[in-house]
Amino acid sequence: MAFDYDQYMRPGKLPHIWCPGCAHGIVMKSIIRAIDREQLDKDNTVIVSGIGCASRMPGYVDFNTLHTTHGRALGFATGVKMAKPSMDVIVVSGDGDALAIGGNHFIHSCRRNINITLIVFNNNIYGMTGGQFSPTTPHGRLASTTPYGNPDYAFDVVDLAMGAGASYVARGTAYHTVPLTRLIADGIAHRGFSVIDALCTCPTTYGRRNKLGSATDMLLWFKGNTVGKKIVDKKPEKAEGKIITGVFRQDEKPEYCDEYAKIIEKVSD
Amino acid sequence: MSEKMVFYQGNEACAEGALYAGCNFFAGYPITPSTEVAEFLARRLPKQGGAFIQMEDEIAAMAAVIGASLTGAKSITATSGPGMSLKLENLGFACITEVPCVIVNVMRGGPSTGLPTGPSQSDVMQARWGTHGDHPAIALAPDSVQEIFTETVRAFNLAERLRTPVILLTDEIIGHMREKFTIPGEGEIEIWDRPRPTVPPEEYKPYDTSEGIIPPMADFGSGYRFHVTGLNHDETGFPTNIPSLVEPEERRLMAKVTENLDIIEKYEYMEKKGSKVGIVSFGSSARSTRSAIAMAGESGTSVDFLRLVTLWPFPSHVVNEMADKLDLIIVPEMNLGQMIEEVERSAGGKTEVIGVNRVDGEPITPDQILEKIREVS
Repeated sequence: MAFDYDQYMRPGKLPHIWCPGCAHGIVMKSIIRAIDREQLDKDNTVIVSGIGCASRMPGYVDFNTLHTTHGRALGFATGVKMAKPSMDVIVVSGDGDALAIGGNHFIHSCRRNINITLIVFNNNIYGMTGGQFSPTTPHGRLASTTPYGNPDYAFDVVDLAMGAGASYVARGTAYHTVPLTRLIADGIAHRGFSVIDALCTCPTTYGRRNKLGSATDMLLWFKGNTVGKKIVDKKPEKAEGKIITGVFRQDEKPEYCDEYAKIIEKVSD
Repeated sequence: MSEKMVFYQGNEACAEGALYAGCNFFAGYPITPSTEVAEFLARRLPKQGGAFIQMEDEIAAMAAVIGASLTGAKSITATSGPGMSLKLENLGFACITEVPCVIVNVMRGGPSTGLPTGPSQSDVMQARWGTHGDHPAIALAPDSVQEIFTETVRAFNLAERLRTPVILLTDEIIGHMREKFTIPGEGEIEIWDRPRPTVPPEEYKPYDTSEGIIPPMADFGSGYRFHVTGLNHDETGFPTNIPSLVEPEERRLMAKVTENLDIIEKYEYMEKKGSKVGIVSFGSSARSTRSAIAMAGESGTSVDFLRLVTLWPFPSHVVNEMADKLDLIIVPEMNLGQMIEEVERSAGGKTEVIGVNRVDGEPITPDQILEKIREVS
């Protein structure tokens, strides 16, 4: 039987604002399936976002939803989680939102290891404002603010999350939706800060300018240019020229709210 | 708990007042001269099952305060000048989404890093207009340790009753000064909670004003699933740019303040018979003013005194009435003239208005004010 997405969607909120060919809808569907796999209670789940294309996602889905200021979603989410640790908190963010203006909140959330799941809709560009380069736009690429090629270098979301101390780090793509759903679901199930780098595409403001083909071509590119972490672990040479996907870290590490609960227990009157 | 006499500094009284008001969440970032508020709550909140978190910066702290409030917590942050500049981004978010919270600004000299350990009153206009866009503003400016306590309680009550952020504007002098004061017994000051919905979840609209100008607010996690956005939104909480829906909501945000002046405005007017000169002041400058007026009185000069506790909304009508009687109004403030602009505007040209200003990191002394009184009397 086909999966019933409607049970998690708010009636009357579609069509979404995303352009034709945008992969954000695919990532949204993976998130919904992951939530379904983990059987999260809609009343007990908060989805928080900042500003940008990806950040419009919470408006479409039927949970407690919080669309905040640019880059600050993790700050808001931290307040929600600390005040009500029993709630499941998911943050959706774009690459600019999570890593440029929200970069400080990103690394400190990783370090704090608070039980929040962050999904970065990583399409290498600021789409909503019309295609300016982001912290994940590769060196040399064209954007409206790098008309002669990007002189900047990109962040690797996985490396950044690992370095900052996130206890669950994974990467998937909008082409590989079944693994992406699993990666997100495992991130939700993980007790600690989880980062899922969800590679997706912006044909309108990035693909077109960089002559990357159609929306389908851009998705198919992931098929030919990624390799699973498990394969690379056995045969490192397979990583050559490829983007590695899969789970990079899944560590048991004391979670922030659990640690604070211990303090409350110790000192409370 | 029964009434208790303590010897506290202003920042500690602020934290104690927050707890009295039912505060159970603090998020902040260290900054002089406000840090004692955070330190006090870091010790006390977990003892009563609340939560304290030091965030990575002021912006995240303000975000966390709003996030916590959305779950039903009573939340507060404390900061000073440069930190307040960073709070402003999400202060605007709290205004448009109508999330109750309290922001303490223990004023220090500026601009920028300025005088971290020196007192100042130079954030008066920032408290009104700091965040971008039209927005309501409530700022309370106590002048003693006791009053910091009671005004912090009032700040929470107003935030909850009106679903809006409230700024407590103190300064380095009263923040760090120690005074004896009384913590009232439980129940002595009425504590208010935000209006919560009585309709079933399927009928709930987060900005429904059919029952009044302050829409009931559900807690995240209470079965009322709703959407919160910093975009202009309609009564359902979802974004809209339909002009006929945007403007009434913008106006309602302001009206929450202008239609509730009876519970927001607070001032003391000390009138002297036959006085031709009056003073308008607030915060620690009001303390010097009080001494100066007493000294002037000893030498036979009567001076009226309007001490503002609520700075925003500014009580123009009171100043306007004052201007009817007086020839001159003096406005002592530790800045180069901010509140004086409101006083001039409110006086409507009916009387002369002059300032006593100081921005060297030292308090305005009673002698400075007395000198001005003598000069003009």
